[in-house]
Amino acid sequence: MTATVAIVGAGLAGFQVASSLRDQQYPGRVLLIGDEPHRPYHRPPLSKAFLLNASEELPVAMRPDSYYADKKIEVLSSTRAVSVDRTHRKLALDNGSVIDFEHLVLAVGARNRPLHVPGYDLPGVFFLRHLDEARALRVRLHKAKQAVVIGAGFIGLEFAAAARKLGVAVTVLEVADRPMSRALSAPMSELFAREHANSGIRFLFGTQLKRLIDDEGRVAGVETVEGAVIDADLVLIGIGVIPNVELAATCNLEIRNGIAVDANLSTSDPHISALGDCASYPSPYAAEDFVRLESVQNASDQGRCVAARILGRASPYAAVPWFWSDQGPLKLQIAGLTMGHDQTVVRGDPAGISCSVFCFREGRLLGVETVNRPADHMAARRLIGNHVVLTPADAADEGVDLKQLAAAAAAQIPAC
Amino acid sequence: MPKITFIKSDGAELVIDAKEGATLMQAGIDGGINGIVAECGGCCQCATCHVYVAAAWQGRLSAVSESEDAMLDNTVCDRRPESRLSCEIKITQELDGLVVRLPVRQV
Repeated sequence: MTATVAIVGAGLAGFQVASSLRDQQYPGRVLLIGDEPHRPYHRPPLSKAFLLNASEELPVAMRPDSYYADKKIEVLSSTRAVSVDRTHRKLALDNGSVIDFEHLVLAVGARNRPLHVPGYDLPGVFFLRHLDEARALRVRLHKAKQAVVIGAGFIGLEFAAAARKLGVAVTVLEVADRPMSRALSAPMSELFAREHANSGIRFLFGTQLKRLIDDEGRVAGVETVEGAVIDADLVLIGIGVIPNVELAATCNLEIRNGIAVDANLSTSDPHISALGDCASYPSPYAAEDFVRLESVQNASDQGRCVAARILGRASPYAAVPWFWSDQGPLKLQIAGLTMGHDQTVVRGDPAGISCSVFCFREGRLLGVETVNRPADHMAARRLIGNHVVLTPADAADEGVDLKQLAAAAAAQIPAC
Repeated sequence: MPKITFIKSDGAELVIDAKEGATLMQAGIDGGINGIVAECGGCCQCATCHVYVAAAWQGRLSAVSESEDAMLDNTVCDRRPESRLSCEIKITQELDGLVVRLPVRQV
């Protein structure tokens, strides 16, 4: 019988495994199982350009439809995996079929963290992760006058910036005392708070939602625990995600803030890999022992790593993490993992909208946050990836040319 | 609809009808071009929708932005004067007949 790689999850991580297997001539069957009705598509534009353009109908497909037939990638849409029999290597699907697999890939992603306050399910209350959510949100956004955003994270602020651009009044409620507090250093976070406030976004920090106000069966506003009432005809909840660990947990794979994997992205069962938003792995760039990252870079680079291992060319996953978020005129980019930094050095003018924040821990560069400084970001990816020593003094000195430093250290890449 | 010719690195040519207003990246993928990867979905972050646009056409395209310029320094195949990221090029009727070459690989 032909060996089968069954991939659960048809987001970027799952797609990348399938695509890389075929690029490297994997001879067996490749099955890509997704619970959405759509072929794999790109999610990042959904909270950015897609919201602004009311007429754009199609999402950005990852590949033309013909690709899947050409590459013999079997796509099962609107299908969920329900259980795994590890002993017999069988995967049961909700359509009743059972798949015999040689290797199982869990690219199951994450889901929106729910907010269980009264009124959370009223019409006019939205989440934003999938295409269908984005479509529904966009229709309402283009008719909205007052929006309230719960959570000042990436999704909430990308949406808030888009809504402002469309002339909608926007209030953002955040439990922490500054925006993107888990992801950004204090100076960069302050810059975003100031610039968004200047664009007319109102922030309420250190506050929690008590309830969503019901007016004849649809949302009409929110009330905070402190008693403040804000009118709204649209509420977006963006309070993070929860990794989808249930399938792994029910077949007794180790879980630790995500599906636990080793440096090769293998779960505790060598026939099962996990990657992307759902996987917790040891990163050489992290201050912590294990990280779980939600990003495009993580999904695609880990996808290539998993495919290589299935093909017998295992090597530890070691790509430099990078992230971005486009919030109106503010193009945020992050290279490296800055969590746990104890020193920041700013290059450029943090009072403007173009600067870089270098984050150090005990004098060692962990990561660089940039806003509207793409050249610094690209240099930072290479500096961190090549473990170039950059001191806080170098970082502060505009005379130190990062691009040159990065180029000097860059490994020789074979010419095409 | 403007016609765009993609020339793969092995010399194979494919002509597609591109929708006005789409990006060259999106038009290429919708048209069945497999040599464009576009990992970030067209957000100018990954440099995997790299194309080479003949010099004669360069003047008719929008200028290279600071972001695109930085990203082009990170393409896997050599950056050349005719290098562009296809996610940053909007299709207009003026681009009817455009010819672009694809690099050997994007990642």
